[in-house]
Amino acid sequence: MVEVRLPTLLRPHADGAASVGVEGSSVAEVLADLTRRHPGLEGQILDPAGTLHKFVNVYVNDDDVRYLDALDTKVSEGDVVSILPAVAGG
Amino acid sequence: MRYESVLDLIGDTPLVGIHALSPHPGVRIYAKLEGQNPGGSSKDRIALRMVEAAENDGRLRPGDTILEPSSGNTGIGLALVARMRGYRLRVVMPENVSVERRQLLEIFGAEVTLSPPEEGSNGAIRLAESIAADDPALVMLFQYGNAANPLAHYEGTGPEIWRDCPDVDCFVAGLGTSGTLMGVGRYLKERNPAVRIVAVEPPSGELVQGLRSLDDGFVPPVFDPALLDRKLIARPRESVEWTRRLLDECGIFAGISSGAAVYGAVRMAEQMESGTVVTLLPDGGWKYLSSGAWTDDLDVVVERATRINYW
Repeated sequence: MVEVRLPTLLRPHADGAASVGVEGSSVAEVLADLTRRHPGLEGQILDPAGTLHKFVNVYVNDDDVRYLDALDTKVSEGDVVSILPAVAGG
Repeated sequence: MRYESVLDLIGDTPLVGIHALSPHPGVRIYAKLEGQNPGGSSKDRIALRMVEAAENDGRLRPGDTILEPSSGNTGIGLALVARMRGYRLRVVMPENVSVERRQLLEIFGAEVTLSPPEEGSNGAIRLAESIAADDPALVMLFQYGNAANPLAHYEGTGPEIWRDCPDVDCFVAGLGTSGTLMGVGRYLKERNPAVRIVAVEPPSGELVQGLRSLDDGFVPPVFDPALLDRKLIARPRESVEWTRRLLDECGIFAGISSGAAVYGAVRMAEQMESGTVVTLLPDGGWKYLSSGAWTDDLDVVVERATRINYW
């Protein structure tokens, strides 16, 4: 099982859950299983073209998947996938 | 050394070995101490550069008021430059920044407008944009979209690192506006395409709870993701722990985002057998004394760090 952590603003689309246990061996599979369990998340994380929403960052453990293999990034049992909105600093 | 103006002190900061923190004897880690700038952070570089660029293209005239969204350091750098060059400054800042940041802005004579803490820097940007739309006389330099921001690092920070450490294999820095990473990254990759450029960021999206939808997200226009090789999260706990280790093991008193950068540098060093990692410490520890980062119980400090904006 893989733990997916959701940011505050997505929790209302997932019955209020801060974290959801899902199955999958890649980020794409993890997100697909997440959306199957919580259909309200459909369209929130991926854009209509099936790529990551511009203002969403997805991390496997502490690594941003855009700099790994994006949606094809491998995920293993026990990994934590975090979904966070893009926020500025400075 | 002798200088005619405090603004001449900006840049040319020292690069200091923090090898004691390296996980492998064959990997050296150097830290660039940006807290040595006269306004106390790397943002002095972009403040001066953005003001000069606006003066040169006629957007900024004597007596004008500059408006800028900033969680602190850019505001403080601009306050210093504005005071020396005769401009007024209004800074829009999230309410939950450390008290020292506000005190410094006030000492330098800036007017501070607070934005809702739960919206983070995104909220400060939105509020500044709406203030600017209502008053066209205000000059917004807008660090997030101003080419002079990465340029200050392309022409200053990057060449300094290359001059002092041409054997750099990996450069690690915090991601805020992305100016440091874009400017230094572009310069170093032009010199040696094999240099890896690594961003470290706090889990801000977790901490900023006031976003209504993902469309409230923000990616700085100056950010080019193609320049990065990797992007890592540094959580408040790791950031505070490494801020302490910097002091305890290397004698360096730096801010909390410096601890995050060092954590990233150590993570990269763990994956190397030999080589050189350079990281950039954006500011000194002075502005974070009230956070108790060095003195209070770690759990208490970490909990506090999730409520203050230290990036």
